[in-house]
Amino acid sequence: MKFIQDFLHKVRPNFEKGGKYEKFFYIYEAHETLFFTPADTTKSQGGVQVRDAIDLKRMMMTVILAMVPCLLFGIWNVGHQHFLATGEGGAFLDKIIFGAWYVLPVVVVSYATGLTIEFTFATIRRHEVNEGFLVTGMLIPLIMPPNIPLWQVALATAFAVILAKEVFGGTGMNILNVAMTARAFLYFAYPTDISGEVWTVLDGVATVEGYSGATALAIAASTQAGSVGDAFTSNWNADMFSYSSLFIGTVPGSIGETSTLACLIGAAILIFSGIGSARIILTVFFGAYLMGLIFNLAGANPFMDMPAHYHWVMGGLAFGAVFMATDPVSGTHTDTGKWIYGLLIGMLTVLIRVFNPAYPEGIMLAVLLMNVFAPLIDYYVVQSNKKRRLSRATV
Amino acid sequence: MDLINLGIKSIFIENMVFAYFLGMCSYLAVSKKVPTASGLGLAVIFVLTITVPVNWLIFDLILKEGALTWLSEDFAAIDLSFLQFIMFIAVIASIVQLVEMTIEKFSPALYGSLGIFLPLIAVNCAILGSSLFMVPREYNLTEATVFGFSSGIGWYLAIVALAAIREKLKYSDVPPPLKGLGITFIITGLMGIAFMSFMGISI
Repeated sequence: MKFIQDFLHKVRPNFEKGGKYEKFFYIYEAHETLFFTPADTTKSQGGVQVRDAIDLKRMMMTVILAMVPCLLFGIWNVGHQHFLATGEGGAFLDKIIFGAWYVLPVVVVSYATGLTIEFTFATIRRHEVNEGFLVTGMLIPLIMPPNIPLWQVALATAFAVILAKEVFGGTGMNILNVAMTARAFLYFAYPTDISGEVWTVLDGVATVEGYSGATALAIAASTQAGSVGDAFTSNWNADMFSYSSLFIGTVPGSIGETSTLACLIGAAILIFSGIGSARIILTVFFGAYLMGLIFNLAGANPFMDMPAHYHWVMGGLAFGAVFMATDPVSGTHTDTGKWIYGLLIGMLTVLIRVFNPAYPEGIMLAVLLMNVFAPLIDYYVVQSNKKRRLSRATV
Repeated sequence: MDLINLGIKSIFIENMVFAYFLGMCSYLAVSKKVPTASGLGLAVIFVLTITVPVNWLIFDLILKEGALTWLSEDFAAIDLSFLQFIMFIAVIASIVQLVEMTIEKFSPALYGSLGIFLPLIAVNCAILGSSLFMVPREYNLTEATVFGFSSGIGWYLAIVALAAIREKLKYSDVPPPLKGLGITFIITGLMGIAFMSFMGISI
């Protein structure tokens, strides 16, 4: 690491006040603090200081680390789905290579677009580059279908970063989850490329007989008679939508969201490091289960009759609960608020899935909707807390 | 069941603010603080719940073609519906007066903070809009009442959510040209995206 440090020190004068590239100081600073902790810290004399190694940058890095299982599994799964659908049968390595060929460009485009915008804004508005985008830039590819045209990724990223984040002042000041905004933008602007049967990369190869690229949610929502379980087993690949494969994630879907298992590994990392809120993650799962049970009681159609625990492993609920709902910026900040917020996300997700045939992607819309109401929940939690404490106070 | 469906539809799916962009002037202007916004929202709910059924009665008994037959069979050919705008506005204006006097009497603080926007409910497009939507949609009296009430709830939800967001916005660093109304319009658009999740739901 010494040579990086030497290099950074060598070029530093150019970026400091009066230097050649004074304008671009914050871009320099972003790279420096990416590798090393900042040189200027508060002095220890004169009172207590909180000294914690975990600043915003380390925090974001931890989130990215938590996403790695999802990304790796996603890369493999894109290949796996391709070889399954075409019946060619590829080896492990073939699947990885095939998947990487489709997934990595999406990641690169998302990062390139977002970081360009981020650095431009930082330079013009003279604020530090925050690492928020490192997470967003990874989340965006994970919630895109592998077939997505790259220009749409760039457009959605630009839309979300500018209109959902930079106009509010950058990381930590937005009101909606940036990655979800990017996806919702594509979802409403170019519905044909992000809904329907776009989840498997066929690459022009003929498919096996009876093939259908429908996701578990689409099958469940379109089941008219019989039970959803029967519809799953009568699929072209009978084993595809068994509970265990849904849990492990060997099903068609967006790149990184299919695997509940990988998301749970991520959740463990987030909760253990104290970055993600266990309250939100648990209540989202609980809310979805509760709503599923309520629908079981109503039981007006096969989708309502589906066992409630199936909602946990379908349609990226785990991914949304672990990485989207726990966004510390756009979610609620109070502890009581987190219980309410998570519960409502879980319940709304299942509600939208079951009642809204047009938009089966319940978790995305539920998270966005609750982002809108999160400040309101916080407001009332704070108010009631004030009221309670006032009534306790004696003058 | 149909009524519940209609209620949910007018609160979430055909939200006055996010689907029709009605009532924007007071929506943008009085959403700086949650208590004020919630006061105005309640006033709008109240006015809507009363004006829509009253206007329905007026339309059904007086204005509609052939409505006057209850007076005399000779009036069967009379169609007064060209008067609907002026009649609706008159009803709304007088009910708003009533609300204004009530609020002034019982909550002077809220009256003070609502200021000019309370009388302006009279020209709040969400209110006239609901009365006008009611006519071509051919609701009956119960449906009209439910429609008025739930449109009000939808507007209320929209304005308190926006007010809470704007209170949180104090901590944001909005570029100077966008401060104030600019960023509020952007927020409204983003909230509209979030509300689109309900489109197409029917129970």
